[in-house]
Amino acid sequence: MSAARDARTVLIAGPASDAHTWNLIYLQLLVEELGHPTVNLGPCVPDEAIVEACLLYRPRLLVLSSVNGHGHQDGIRLITRIRATADLAALPVVIGGKLGISGADTDHADHLRDAGFDAVYPDSPDAVTDFCRFIASLSERVVS
Amino acid sequence: MTGSRPLPADPPPTERPPDFGSFIRERHRTVGTVVQPRMGFSDPATMRAGLLATKAAAAATAGTLTVDSYTRVGDLRAVAEALTAGIGLNGYPIAHHDAAITREVLTGVQSESFAVQVRHGSAAPFDIVTSLLAAGLSATEGGPVSYCLPYGRTPLAESVRNWEASCRLLAHSGETGVRPHLETFGGCMLGQLCPPSLLVAISVLEALFFRQHGLHSISVSYAQQPSLEQNREAIAALRRLCGRFLPDVEWHVVLYTYMGVYPTTANGAYRLLAEAAVLAASTRTERLIVKTVAESSRIPTIEENVAALEYAAAVTGRWARDRSARDEPKDAMAPGSGDSQTYLEALRLIEAVRELDDDLGKALTRAFRFGYLDVPYCLHPDNQGRCRSYLDDSGSIRWADIGSLPLGGIVESSDARQVGSAELLGALSYVRRVYDGDAIAGRTGSAGDPTAAHLPAMPRCASGGLPGQPIGS
Repeated sequence: MSAARDARTVLIAGPASDAHTWNLIYLQLLVEELGHPTVNLGPCVPDEAIVEACLLYRPRLLVLSSVNGHGHQDGIRLITRIRATADLAALPVVIGGKLGISGADTDHADHLRDAGFDAVYPDSPDAVTDFCRFIASLSERVVS
Repeated sequence: MTGSRPLPADPPPTERPPDFGSFIRERHRTVGTVVQPRMGFSDPATMRAGLLATKAAAAATAGTLTVDSYTRVGDLRAVAEALTAGIGLNGYPIAHHDAAITREVLTGVQSESFAVQVRHGSAAPFDIVTSLLAAGLSATEGGPVSYCLPYGRTPLAESVRNWEASCRLLAHSGETGVRPHLETFGGCMLGQLCPPSLLVAISVLEALFFRQHGLHSISVSYAQQPSLEQNREAIAALRRLCGRFLPDVEWHVVLYTYMGVYPTTANGAYRLLAEAAVLAASTRTERLIVKTVAESSRIPTIEENVAALEYAAAVTGRWARDRSARDEPKDAMAPGSGDSQTYLEALRLIEAVRELDDDLGKALTRAFRFGYLDVPYCLHPDNQGRCRSYLDDSGSIRWADIGSLPLGGIVESSDARQVGSAELLGALSYVRRVYDGDAIAGRTGSAGDPTAAHLPAMPRCASGGLPGQPIGS
């Protein structure tokens, strides 16, 4: 957790309205096991605090996890703000979880990708495997 | 703002709403455990329909008006934006709607025969309490610790100040209106993997905090955990500690059906709910918050909530009749008053916190700073995060590391263990695996409770599918 300014650091957060924690703790352990130090901001992080943390830590990746059904709305608002921040326009950002209140997330995933997420992981049996593959691909990419 | 279904144009006059605490105790005395949903809808007409359906259910019920999570964090702008854009919220935006609208929702709902509680989850509940009082409601829940540490980044000291003001506002309302009621949420704390003694201690400490700020009608919560033995110890400890520390308060116990990762099959979901219902009945628990078959995948419908309420009531009713048939005295299944491990740990934690300051708010804040209270895996900046817990082979939650908790001499210190993502996921999904596994294997026996061997048939097609089929797939 005390991994400030490590170029491999992955920042983890729950969006402003989402109070769930276990998804974030699980992701922290998973990402650490994949060789990345983490900074876990916990649940209900306001947009400006996430942006500030990105500017402070300069993470390799920002992971947002939401399971309260508001992830779609929260995610679009947040990614718009992140992409509008000059230094964060190219930051890899992904989101996953239960992203709408209806249980069917296909449309939400498209909207979220269109809004600027690099990858979207709606709740599905393959979500974790796909996410791990994305993490692995990070180390292959040239650090910008 | 009013959504799709029309509200009644000319509602009948509102009946005097009941005193929630007295209502629950009286219902429990005459009928048995009162069952309550965790229901909340953004549309006022749907919210009203849900409350009416709860009232009409074939069960001793109390109503719930659950607030959406934007209102919970005080983001009323996001509420307005969502409603304008036609996006569904995950609860009723009580601070957004005019009090007159909420009164219409409650007209003919809240009465001498039906009490309604507002459930929210806010570390800054003043606006919510103001709104519920304005709408003629008088019962809610939460707490300075339980609605702060697990759910965000609000500093604990700020949550304590917010809750002090909200408690005083609520208590003050009782001088002219119905006696207000407040339930601790301290029996939940992240829903799973929190050792029961810490749940009991925080629940009692929050009740003491409410009492210090003028509340005299309080319920203390405990969330069902995987081990039946630990559950029974915890509820017995809660009763004993409330009897000792809250002599001038009218209190009752509320059990939450499992708050962790929920089974995905209808069979598994109902079996877990049945376990909670039997636990409630056998421990004389006055109130039970139910969960539904949809819990693992989405916000449940009104019908799914009613099915869960009626099923839980059928289980508690069956349990009471079986007890009569066995000619057992009323308290034969009630937990004893012995010094269980859960009781000893909870008592030590409560006493250590109370010694820190006469002011409970200050005592709680200092307790977390010193690590006298420390919630395993909680990411809040004011939580030390030195404690760790794990699930043993029997499904009991054990301390892996007690950090600075004042439990030396009570808890055997085991070697600090490193818990990886796979072990954590295994522990988090233990209950889902056990109950879905039972459901898939078609087992009829219960995970550890011999009294649950003969359960009422579960509702068919309650999820719109066949029992045993995974939902949401």
